Amino acid sequence: MPEGLAKEVKREEIEALLDKYKRQPSQLISILHDIQAKYNWLPKEALVQISEGMDIPLSRAYSVASFYKAFKITPRGRHLVRICLGTACHVRGGVRIMEKAEEVLGVDGGETTPDMKFTLERVNCLGCCALGPVMVVDGEYHGKIVPTKVEEILKNYD
Amino acid sequence: MPKLNSPAELEELRQDILSRREPNKPCIAICAGTGCRALGCDRVIATFKEEVRKQGLVGKVDIKETGCPGFCEKGTVVVIYPQGICYFQVKPEDAAEVVSQTIVAHKVVDHLLYIDPITNEKAAYEKDIPFYKNQMRLLLGNNSKLDPRSIDDYIALGGYSALAKALSQMTSEQVLEEVDKAKLRGRGGGGFPAGRKWKTTRNAPGEIKYVIVNCDEGDPGAFMDRAIMEGNPHSVLEGLIIGAYAIGSCEGFIYVREEYPLAVENLNIAIKQAEDYGFLGENILGSDFNFTVSIYRGAGAFVSGESSALMTAIEGKVGEPRSKYIHTSEKGIWDRPSNLNNVETWANVPPIINNGADWFTSIGTEGSKGTKIFSLVGKVNNTGLVEVPMGMTLRDIIYKIGGGIPEGKKFKAVQTGGPSGGVIPEQFLDTLVDYDELIKLGSMMGSGGMIVMDEDTCMVDIARYFIDFLNDESCGKCAPCREGLKQMLKILNRITQGEGKEGDIELLEELSRIVADSSLCALGGTAPNSVLTTIKYFRDEYEAHIKEKRCPAKVCRSLLSYYIDPEKCQACLICLRNCPVGAINGGKNLIHYIDQEKCTRCGTCMEVCPSRFNAVEKIAGQAVPEPPLQEARVIHRGKS
Repeated sequence: MPEGLAKEVKREEIEALLDKYKRQPSQLISILHDIQAKYNWLPKEALVQISEGMDIPLSRAYSVASFYKAFKITPRGRHLVRICLGTACHVRGGVRIMEKAEEVLGVDGGETTPDMKFTLERVNCLGCCALGPVMVVDGEYHGKIVPTKVEEILKNYD
Repeated sequence: MPKLNSPAELEELRQDILSRREPNKPCIAICAGTGCRALGCDRVIATFKEEVRKQGLVGKVDIKETGCPGFCEKGTVVVIYPQGICYFQVKPEDAAEVVSQTIVAHKVVDHLLYIDPITNEKAAYEKDIPFYKNQMRLLLGNNSKLDPRSIDDYIALGGYSALAKALSQMTSEQVLEEVDKAKLRGRGGGGFPAGRKWKTTRNAPGEIKYVIVNCDEGDPGAFMDRAIMEGNPHSVLEGLIIGAYAIGSCEGFIYVREEYPLAVENLNIAIKQAEDYGFLGENILGSDFNFTVSIYRGAGAFVSGESSALMTAIEGKVGEPRSKYIHTSEKGIWDRPSNLNNVETWANVPPIINNGADWFTSIGTEGSKGTKIFSLVGKVNNTGLVEVPMGMTLRDIIYKIGGGIPEGKKFKAVQTGGPSGGVIPEQFLDTLVDYDELIKLGSMMGSGGMIVMDEDTCMVDIARYFIDFLNDESCGKCAPCREGLKQMLKILNRITQGEGKEGDIELLEELSRIVADSSLCALGGTAPNSVLTTIKYFRDEYEAHIKEKRCPAKVCRSLLSYYIDPEKCQACLICLRNCPVGAINGGKNLIHYIDQEKCTRCGTCMEVCPSRFNAVEKIAGQAVPEPPLQEARVIHRGKS
């Protein structure tokens, strides 16, 4: 998992990405995916540079960045906690897991703890419904989880 | 890899691959789909490799990482070929025994077999396991037989023979005619006839036409398309190439949901391999047909699965739908004719070309032909993917294949069609699963999500859940969907919080009609289905919430209380220590009670109360009994 805040946007890295996609406006979503993979979020400087480099209005880059759920325009924490609230997890009590995580971390879904340690996200189905309810921390799955386990699991991350 | 220049060369290659394979060589096929990965199959695979090495069997046994065979409930799933012995819930520590017993000594490892929960009988083969034997797995069946990253595996099983047949023995019109005659309907939701859609795009003016695979499977609780894309990507590619030939398209796009990285990975490999063999590119199999394909990743927007929205997303814009008085099949991506079908629809094309339309129409009902894959999830014993011929009853799917409801609970409803669908109550369990039958009940086939609900599920809460989901996912372009859903959510929130009013049900019905009739796209158009069907079939639950301030399923938090039964409480202090708000009174040898004023109804006490005491219960619609008097609370324990 890349560091949340640590990375500064490097102009040459963004340029290289723009070149990789031949500055095609139709490739905007792919470029944003790559930037987010690199920096863990979409810093404003990067969006500005993309709009200039591809000759599209900044508003268009911003509208795409803010429309899609996968894109984050605020920095994310070091650890990503995703809780599934798809229908199968919902009927098996996923909401309680979310509430417990919110209580333990002291933030709402979609937010990051002030110490930049955790970002808590709600996801709509990870497709492993047999394991529901599911919590995923940095790609590690915790299936058939009960609320009392949440704190125990999160304790293991620093 | 040599480029294949004719169907004959493909056949030669196939014979060559088969001749190099020993049909009796043992093979350990381990599911490496997302469900089993979540369970840790990576370690199972690594341990099997290690064991094969340790027991000196390198080269004498193959290990294959396969796609998802569907029985996720029992993962990690391992199948031993050539016998076809199925092992379930395999852990890394089982590897040594499987290798030494089954591979070396040809014995079955008893404790890894399927055990029938009713008869307690063990079953070793798919044909004896109810979950599999009641299915018809035309599309999913190959998942456990091939490594999705090996095109040779696919070719060995007859892969790309349909493409060869189409290109060498059929004109593009004949291919289209065959698909039309097969009455294949779109598997992504609406069930529009694929042949008719193909024809429209083929006949639309303009030289350049596009074909698109929709793998933006946004329906929460559904993962059929992912299983095909991850487990058998070549079957989708082959279908797409055949479709492109029939339609007259030279360029295709595959739009894959961001949440499916493994599908993208396997698909990338598959495309590269298909290019190397010449199934993609110029003069495919020596014909004058050219076709290329590229992958586009989604970025997490449910509405982008709608065809016009998906096409805008491919253009690199905000994936909003547009009104479709001009069909995307005539004016789609960059205003060019674009034919979009879902993953499962495309995967049905090669078998139709290979076996003919008559074969395909022999399966299913009058109006719905072939098989359909469902993602059977929720309160059901055998969670997983099931592929059945159209026309099986809901009851057979849920009970014969799904094994019924866990913990002896009572079935309440099944939700089909995802957020666009509705709930179907028990009295309709004998309905045949078919596009038209489900619509008659107010639900729909959708992409194949099938969520089973038991007596502990609140129907008002389910309606609220779906409206909340759709309100969140509404793109906001048209007012009826954006504003209508918001108001519907407000009302549902009020009802579930005990603030429902007389007339709320009627208001919900009225809003439902307006949102359905006047929204721009299918997201809004079908959004009210969950509300309308829950009102239609479970109106009494709405009324209980509104009039009696009672949630019959004891789900809605504002309408229930937690209570510690003083007869059962053993004063163990566990709930008292775990209560996040300090609402539990009690002490050592002092029976606990909950301070209802402080209690936030989070349910922690109920979760932590040891099952041997089971002292905490939910109360809905009646007053909570007063706590016992102080002197009655003391437990006098003997000194044993």
